[in-house]
Amino acid sequence: MTHTTHTAPPPGPPAKTDGIRRRAGRRNHVPPHRSWRQHPLRRLTPWLFLLVPLALLITFTYVPVGNMIYYSFTDWDGVSPDRSFVGGDNYRELVTRPELFRVFAVSLYYLAASAVQIAAALYFATLLSFDLRLRNLFKGILFFPYLINGVAIGFVFLYFFQDGGTLDSVLSLFGAGGGHAWLGDPRSANTSLAGVSVWRFTGLNFVLFLGAIQSIPGEQYEAAELDGASRWQQFRHLIVPGIRPVIGLSVILAISGSLSVFEIPYIMTGGATGTQTFVIQTVKLAFQFNKTGLASACAVVLLLIILAVTWIQRRLLPDEKVDLV
Amino acid sequence: MTLTAPASRTATRRSRVTAGTVLAYVSLVAASLVVLVPLLVILLTSLKTSREMADGSGALTLPHDWLNLSNYATAFTDGHMLTALGNTAFILLFSITGTVLIGSMTAYAIDRFEFRLKKPVMALFLVATLVPGVTTQVATFQVVNSFGLIDTRWAPILLYMGTDIVSIYIFLQFIRGIPTSLDEAARLDGANSFTIYRRIILPMLKPAIATVVIIKGITTYNDFYIPFLYMPSEDLGTISTALFRFKGPFGAHWEDISAGAVLVILPTLIVFLFLQRYIYNGFAQGATK
Repeated sequence: MTHTTHTAPPPGPPAKTDGIRRRAGRRNHVPPHRSWRQHPLRRLTPWLFLLVPLALLITFTYVPVGNMIYYSFTDWDGVSPDRSFVGGDNYRELVTRPELFRVFAVSLYYLAASAVQIAAALYFATLLSFDLRLRNLFKGILFFPYLINGVAIGFVFLYFFQDGGTLDSVLSLFGAGGGHAWLGDPRSANTSLAGVSVWRFTGLNFVLFLGAIQSIPGEQYEAAELDGASRWQQFRHLIVPGIRPVIGLSVILAISGSLSVFEIPYIMTGGATGTQTFVIQTVKLAFQFNKTGLASACAVVLLLIILAVTWIQRRLLPDEKVDLV
Repeated sequence: MTLTAPASRTATRRSRVTAGTVLAYVSLVAASLVVLVPLLVILLTSLKTSREMADGSGALTLPHDWLNLSNYATAFTDGHMLTALGNTAFILLFSITGTVLIGSMTAYAIDRFEFRLKKPVMALFLVATLVPGVTTQVATFQVVNSFGLIDTRWAPILLYMGTDIVSIYIFLQFIRGIPTSLDEAARLDGANSFTIYRRIILPMLKPAIATVVIIKGITTYNDFYIPFLYMPSEDLGTISTALFRFKGPFGAHWEDISAGAVLVILPTLIVFLFLQRYIYNGFAQGATK
């Protein structure tokens, strides 16, 4: 908290003096032999441009993170003016009350879904990297769900899983009996919701993979063909190594995404029947039960986990730059 | 797929390709059906009358009247979609303009100037990408609250503007490709830094601006979490939160809810059809930063 505010002052005062000096400088004219590069104004101008961006960055990212850490050691309810310091009590409560930590089990469904999603995306990206008829149409269809409004997706799939809804009707076409309450018990509800997440996000991974595959030079395929490599061998030895950085990135996005699922389960079930995720729980603690202190502790834990995952990724894939553009 | 006793190498290849191609198309068509069927069923449902919905004929039956738009009228008026559209447009306009200005100014300052603390400033932006927005809302809410902005449209506008580091990266990447000789030439003609930013950098950044506008536009249009938290009033609904509120009053009236969902999806579909190329590139760029 305090260390971030130290960085805030520099943009303030120099910016003002710079504005004045700049006007003065223009009137007097800069001596022509002195290049702009050495001019003192040059040191101050960047701060003018950075003033607003830095102020917003600090106000809406660093101040909240700092406050959140501070709140997590208090019993604040988010409203009353007084709060008292309770040390690590919130963290102790988080670890010792099993129902608070159990929500992480729900993430496992989404983690499994991410694996399916990445595999499917890889498969379709490989397929469509070859010349197929209607390639752009298929590409568009596969990607489009990623662009759809989350609330609309929630309703589309509420109807999909409803008793007598889309899924039951499709199943009865194939003679399979309906009547299963898809969102009725925790296991099937979480599987269904994780399925929605696959439906929604496969398109993004697919487009990322496809872009990466297409940036592999065409001569490499020709060489492989000449060497008699099969499609599978090409995939295994040419495509996968070529797009490894993007796969690594997708895995990280998938892990942090699985831990911070909110929208789809919140819209579809509101966290009922065992579908509550960590973020839904945090939001409820903070905004329904006014337990800002405890909710902050939850958020800090989640932040630490996500930072740890990112750090591990950086260690595992050092220097591998993801560069698609 | 299982081919036996190939006579020659070329024969194997040709037949494997055809079998493989069939399988490829089968899987692509299957995947397309998985994507499209849930959406098409919603479209069908939106055209049915409440009586058709009640007769228990199932979700896959076709509506009697393909031009029955009464559910759309209900969704549009009773669902307060017009207000929502206005609010979303207002937020889009300001947050996108703000994002473009902030992102390009930051990129200009970082790429074109040498100054002390440049490294720490870059690190500040870099580290911020690691902080997922969902986790910090508990405390961000209090910051927004202290400005007295809860339940105003300025709360989401400021948050969308202030926490978008992805577009800063898109601008930064693009600005590196603009030759500095242009700046130098303008500088010799007596232009100051602001004029250079305004007259040279900003126009040259057009393709990057297009990318940012598209990504930012779609993600803002689709965002649910921030308007839901910061604008609880009914008359401050955005497209997402207004649709979310269908859940209560329309109860089990799936024909109305479906019409609402179609109304929300339609603009996205139109934008996607017209701007496909930009959208693919934009989201690929955005996700890899």
